[in-house]
Amino acid sequence: MGLLSKKDAALITDPLADNNPITIQVLGICSALAITAELQASIVMSVSVLFVLGIGNVVISLLRNIIPSKIRIIVQLIVVAALVIIVDQVLKAFAYELSKTLSVFVGLIITNCIIMGRFEAFALGNGPWRSFLDGIGNALGYAVILIAVGFFRELLGSGTLLGFKVLGDPIEKTGLYALGYENNGFMLLSPMALIVVGIIIWVQRSRNKALIED
Amino acid sequence: MSKRTDSNGYTLLFAIGMVLVVGALLAFTASSLRPMIDANKRIEKQQNILYAMGVNDNDESSAIFVSKDKVADEFSKYIKKQLVIERTNVSEDANAYLIDVKKQQTAAKAGNVRKLPLFVGEKDGKTFYIAPIRGKGLWDAIWGYVAMDKNMVVQGAFFDHKGETPGLGANIKQRYFMDDFIGENLMNNGSFKGITVSKSNNDPKNEDKNDNEVDAIAGATITGDGVAAMIKSELGLYVPYFKTLK
Repeated sequence: MGLLSKKDAALITDPLADNNPITIQVLGICSALAITAELQASIVMSVSVLFVLGIGNVVISLLRNIIPSKIRIIVQLIVVAALVIIVDQVLKAFAYELSKTLSVFVGLIITNCIIMGRFEAFALGNGPWRSFLDGIGNALGYAVILIAVGFFRELLGSGTLLGFKVLGDPIEKTGLYALGYENNGFMLLSPMALIVVGIIIWVQRSRNKALIED
Repeated sequence: MSKRTDSNGYTLLFAIGMVLVVGALLAFTASSLRPMIDANKRIEKQQNILYAMGVNDNDESSAIFVSKDKVADEFSKYIKKQLVIERTNVSEDANAYLIDVKKQQTAAKAGNVRKLPLFVGEKDGKTFYIAPIRGKGLWDAIWGYVAMDKNMVVQGAFFDHKGETPGLGANIKQRYFMDDFIGENLMNNGSFKGITVSKSNNDPKNEDKNDNEVDAIAGATITGDGVAAMIKSELGLYVPYFKTLK
């Protein structure tokens, strides 16, 4: 990485695995449960969070020396909410179709604890460039888990990926369904998202023992 | 150690400044984009109405509207009349499709006469009567358009939602669910019965078109019930008009 110093590069790579916001910091679980029944929704949510967290971190970092500490949480909330509303309005004017798929996520982005968590823990104490990298890194770490969970839930729950029938047609009984395979409807319900996240946490910690807490 | 930014005066000033800046920014964005957003909403309504009567660019499995640049022409080509029904009084209004169903529902609750829009479309020699419907899903509003013939047999349906769960309730806007309504009879032995979104699995391939039932989506019970409820309460209001057509 010629572009980034080793320390800066770590800001991006750390959250992808050993400091993942979902599996290690256990933030942003609520949205991971709510929208991962479909792979497409996971991807849309990941991109939205990438955008909001990247820009939001920079804004908070630029304001970090003038934000009064007594009302800093409210200021952070206003920055996220304003960003999300502006993005939503612009999409409604220029990409109406896309904005309709996104509308369900708007509320979930504002309340996503990863965003507030990164503002509070990182952007308030670091410069804009490092904050930007931290935002991107954490959003990517979030995306990796969301997409993995969305992949398994849609594949096992509906037998499709991004809407394509990859396992055959359950009504016409083709592909795997001809052999008696059935979709597991339970995968589509929120508790299974928690169990899938749990399995990912388990695998991750058994591969790297240093992550296990006493 | 006390910083300059810790004083009450500064905090108050910062809060006021922040509110002014953010408020102005949002107001500016909202008002400058308003005309474009409104145009998009009009286009969407026309697309939805045309979709219900079978004017769309559907491919094998997904629902695709007529394109944005063609929609105005197609709308005036296929929609012959736009009616507004107020009790027994029926009038024509070329902007009936802009009637806000939500506002009319509120007005009806307050005891006013509700304006019921109905669009009369013609395609391949067949006449379609298209009515808007609106109700509640699990999380938020659901709505749609149902195209019927003069005997209140469904010829096409379109549903949409504000915030139903992706992968579950959100699937009411998928082809496999909407297409199930085609051919279903809203009447049963001369009286209005509606269409139930049924979990009984009596007819999973939807071959019986006179059972007043379509197959439900697994994991989306409340959204499905919402669809059935809005079909029953909203389309029921049109029954007196359809009786006059006979």
